[in-house]
Amino acid sequence: MADGIVVKDLNAWFGAQHVVKHVSMEVPRNAVTAVIGPSGCGKSTFIRCLNRMHETVRGARVTGAVLLDGEDLYAAGVDPVTVRRRIGMVFQRSNPFPTMSVFENVAAGLMLNGVRDRAVLRERVEQGLRQAALWDEVKDDLGKRGLKLSGGQQQRLCIARALAVAPQVLLMDEPCSALDPIASARIEELILALSKELTVVVVTHRMSQARRVSGWTAYFLLGELIEFRPTRELFTRPGDRRTEDYITGRFD
Amino acid sequence: MPRHVDQELTSLERMVVRMGDAVQEQLRHAMEALVRRDEAGARQVIDGDRGVNAQDLEIDEKCVEVLALYEPAAGDLRLVTTVMKIVTDLERVGDQAVNIAQRVLELIVEAPAEPMLELLRMADRAAGMLKESLQAFIGHDTALARRVCAADDEVDELKERLFRELLDVMIADSRAIPPSMRLVLISRYLERVADHATNIAEMVIYMVESTMVRHAEAAVAPRTRHEGDKP
Repeated sequence: MADGIVVKDLNAWFGAQHVVKHVSMEVPRNAVTAVIGPSGCGKSTFIRCLNRMHETVRGARVTGAVLLDGEDLYAAGVDPVTVRRRIGMVFQRSNPFPTMSVFENVAAGLMLNGVRDRAVLRERVEQGLRQAALWDEVKDDLGKRGLKLSGGQQQRLCIARALAVAPQVLLMDEPCSALDPIASARIEELILALSKELTVVVVTHRMSQARRVSGWTAYFLLGELIEFRPTRELFTRPGDRRTEDYITGRFD
Repeated sequence: MPRHVDQELTSLERMVVRMGDAVQEQLRHAMEALVRRDEAGARQVIDGDRGVNAQDLEIDEKCVEVLALYEPAAGDLRLVTTVMKIVTDLERVGDQAVNIAQRVLELIVEAPAEPMLELLRMADRAAGMLKESLQAFIGHDTALARRVCAADDEVDELKERLFRELLDVMIADSRAIPPSMRLVLISRYLERVADHATNIAEMVIYMVESTMVRHAEAAVAPRTRHEGDKP
């Protein structure tokens, strides 16, 4: 297994609250890794540590190492903005820039990164929209406001925006939780297609979704990584009683 | 907090027990018909197979329903898949009882054949294995399941011994060949019953310990990678 991201003894805090505890794992490259666990288990915080988003919150703190291509993203001198270009993120609620058109939404990240050439922008926007399986639906009206799209389309627009800067890793935090089953299914298909070219880490509350889209699954509980193994194993023969209780719906 | 799915799983287990009882009865009646040369009894076994088949379908349907509605995982999932396999084995044991009953009908019109005692011991042992495999299922008792697996060789040995004895009988008297051949066939059916009991016991071990002892010789190191993963 080639490593996409290597996490070493990662800890995260909100103020005095220790929310991610001594997590070490190797996220496989060009595969989908699902992160599951009950609310408040630290799964979202965990993925936000992977692209240095966690530290943007007041009072937040991180220790440990996150290696991408062998390079520690938390080493001194590493620019967090560069890290976030290499490791993109999609959130629970689609959040297109409200005043911008479809085109501008996807181009925004590129322009922030200094791309000004219209031809290059057009090419990269189309590529991003195609990768996000949205191109055919919007190609005739790229000037339409992003907010005019349906919920599922808006989420794919956000994915296109994240993909336009050509990240190596895409983090997704509950990307389907606000979507209906049909829109969710499209995103799931998209996740599977994208994983051929990039490493995907998806936080999900839906275990059926984790089963469908991921090759590997990590189970978090109370900030700890309880178990990380191939999805087909975790859902048929989990190695830890706590995982079994969670995935079979036994709650105290 | 009790889970709704627990009711469904318990009802599945009960259905298996009921089917197991029915199949064991079929086997017992078939052997009794053999001993008593009881034509009516043999015919009853043949007719009784319909009930066993109906239970097979009913349990299969229930399993599909549980899979569709509850999306079971881990231990729950292994229970449902184990039930689906056990039911197939039980249905086949039912078929073996029918096979025995059919040979009984043929034997009744022929002369009685000699070494019945070995055959009865074999029937006893196979039925015992079946009973124990079902007890292991209900009690999640893998120690008992392993004993069932180990007993399979014993039944195979009994069958070999019986075969050699019947061979002597057939060599000594050619008129004894047709009924002796039928007894050989019955011993083959009983051997199959023991095989099915072994299958059930192996599935119980899988269900409880999530280790597959079936086809142990074919087992390879567990896969640790997903199909879609790149090396």
